[in-house]
Amino acid sequence: MKKTVILGALTIAGLSAGAAAAATLDDVKARGKLNCGVTTGLVGFAAPDANGEWQGFDVGVCRAVAAAVLGDPTAVEFVPTTGKTRFTALASGEIDLLARNTTWTFSRDVDLKFEFVGVNYYDGQGFMVPKSLGVTSAKELDGATVCIQTGTTTELNLADFFRVNNISYEPVPIETNAEAQPLYLEGACDVYTTDASGLAATRAAFENPSEHVILPEIISKEPLGPLVRHGDSEWGDIARWTLNALIAAEEYGVTSANIAELANGTDNPEINRLLGTEGTLGEMLGLDAEWAKRAIMAGGNYGELFEKNIGENTPIGLSRGLNAQWTEGGLLYSPPFR
Amino acid sequence: MSKSDIAFVRREMLPEKAPPATAAGPIKWVRDNLFPGPINTVMTLLAIYFIYQIVSGAMPWFLNGVWTTSSLAECREVLQGATGGCFSVLTERWNQLLFGFQYPSEQYWRPTLAFVLLFVAVAPVLFVALPRKLLIFTGLYPFIAFWLIWGGTLLVPLVALIGLIVGYVVFLRFETKGFATAALTGVVAVVLVWWLGGFVSAAASETLALTPVPSRDMGGFMLNMILGTVCVSLSLPFGILLALGRQSDMPIIKWICVIFIEFIRGVPLITLLFVANVVLAYFLPPGSNFDLILRVIIMITMFASAYIAEVIRGGLAALPRGQYEAADSLGLDYAQSMRLIILPQALKISIPGIVNVSVGLFKDTTLVSVISMFDLVGMIRGPILAATEWNGVYWELWGFAVVLFFVVCYGISQYSQWLERQLQRDHR
Repeated sequence: MKKTVILGALTIAGLSAGAAAAATLDDVKARGKLNCGVTTGLVGFAAPDANGEWQGFDVGVCRAVAAAVLGDPTAVEFVPTTGKTRFTALASGEIDLLARNTTWTFSRDVDLKFEFVGVNYYDGQGFMVPKSLGVTSAKELDGATVCIQTGTTTELNLADFFRVNNISYEPVPIETNAEAQPLYLEGACDVYTTDASGLAATRAAFENPSEHVILPEIISKEPLGPLVRHGDSEWGDIARWTLNALIAAEEYGVTSANIAELANGTDNPEINRLLGTEGTLGEMLGLDAEWAKRAIMAGGNYGELFEKNIGENTPIGLSRGLNAQWTEGGLLYSPPFR
Repeated sequence: MSKSDIAFVRREMLPEKAPPATAAGPIKWVRDNLFPGPINTVMTLLAIYFIYQIVSGAMPWFLNGVWTTSSLAECREVLQGATGGCFSVLTERWNQLLFGFQYPSEQYWRPTLAFVLLFVAVAPVLFVALPRKLLIFTGLYPFIAFWLIWGGTLLVPLVALIGLIVGYVVFLRFETKGFATAALTGVVAVVLVWWLGGFVSAAASETLALTPVPSRDMGGFMLNMILGTVCVSLSLPFGILLALGRQSDMPIIKWICVIFIEFIRGVPLITLLFVANVVLAYFLPPGSNFDLILRVIIMITMFASAYIAEVIRGGLAALPRGQYEAADSLGLDYAQSMRLIILPQALKISIPGIVNVSVGLFKDTTLVSVISMFDLVGMIRGPILAATEWNGVYWELWGFAVVLFFVVCYGISQYSQWLERQLQRDHR
């Protein structure tokens, strides 16, 4: 008798958990806020400014999804997560969407039961050395001391790279990027290696950035993207197509400046479908017709977000590189909106 | 016996002469303390050299400090390569360092007022000479502080307070029927009042309401102070109970206490914090959001009370057996003998240990930055160093954190030394 009660309770708990997981969209709408996981602070990608407003490239994704779903780009509860707490926060349902420069890997996608909804930044591991060292290629780094964050994929990539090229190195283990900066400047290591975007941001903060060079070799693939839980494909679709809408908007030349005008109807049916003047794409997602229009108006299209937060006119000064549209030789390629 | 013709009788005292310059005043002090011998002379000169090096290195950094720019790049422009601190980060972000980046800035007066009132509330506990009536304010303080910092209607802390008072009155009413019965009925009364009061405060949520601020928005040094104050003051009573429980003759109580203490002491605090943040989220039903600060407070309090329990157990063990027997021979029951004879002495012995644990605990509150809470250290490591304007400022920020923590911890330690002198009852 007692056992049945316990089993029954477990079943009900399981059912309610399943129901809650399956209707993230309804939960978000009922709550009126999107719980979006971001980093506790990464230059250019997510950090609160002097007024306490979150700014950054990953933050832009959160705001776009909130705008698409709730109609208000500010209806976001930003949940700061560290590298250690991010996956449990998502798996336990504390956050609806994780936009925290997370590398899309096989095990995270399959084993941890998450669904990456796309890639918003193609990164890769690079090297930075002082110019005075006179090194122009990573293959000349034989015998160098290398500052490297422990417990990350960068550590493994580094070992692979040096082994493949049959050269030796001496690792200097460090905990965080912030710790690496002074160590590298004091000369505790000849080389600093991490994701290329991180290197650029670190170098931008130096007193004399021109005295340091980032070597041309990129030794790993780090596709960073937002992710959601397994088991709620409808919610995953919303996140995926919001990101795609930002990317497609840049491709079709839809910007936050001209979107109001284009939303009145254009000759291009693809733009019309994207902005909801033609077809029923929003309805298929369970949203209204203007979802993509709001997402783009939240912070601009992909290119605008990039330029504003990490582009060449910011102190970080990243060039588009792999993150250009496919029409311009990059990897950004949104599936068609039809 | 020959008699001299020359008679000299001094009629007045000679005025006192100043001692030789080498035997008094600063010169003597310098000779005695700085240059008493060759070895000490060398040490003194070396020390002076090092102090000079440090001061001459640090002074330009302080004196050239830039206080008014709005980014590190501008700082460097102003300094033009000269040595100087970029203290602008403190003038621009001081509010974030103290209150976190989400606390509404027009409400800063509330935590500040709570902080000032903290001294008023703590004073009568710390200084016996103050009028005892101030203790009433101390009792009210937790409720006032909660209302000030978290906001919302005044009814919530008021109901909590009334519940406790009712519980205490019920306890007194039933005290003659035995301690356990009285305590149990008291608890039932408290829960009943809180349950009923919950409806009232929910219905009238606008009564005397301040703008509510959710726990997620707390941060900066304020968060360290909240965690430190709450956890230290909660862990003292729990620690005492655990220490007494561990010495109890009743096996179940004894073993519960022993297992609790040994388990908690055998686990690092950071692990408990991860449990609070990560694991509890799995156990709780989905959608329920159990306040993160509350979870962290519970974990830190558990951790600290286990340590304080051991410190107090040391104090209890140090008391001579005669004290226990004296209490028994007076016919006091367990509660009375503990309250009147044993604990006052045991706690006095334990003061250094308790202060030690408290100071350590206060500094340990910075560990919450690892579970993505923005305390002072979390604020520096996360948002401020990740801002494009301030990425690369280290010494100024960490120096500021050092100063804040040093002031608090040194203050606590000085007070405890003063207290020990006050309580000196030894026969020496």
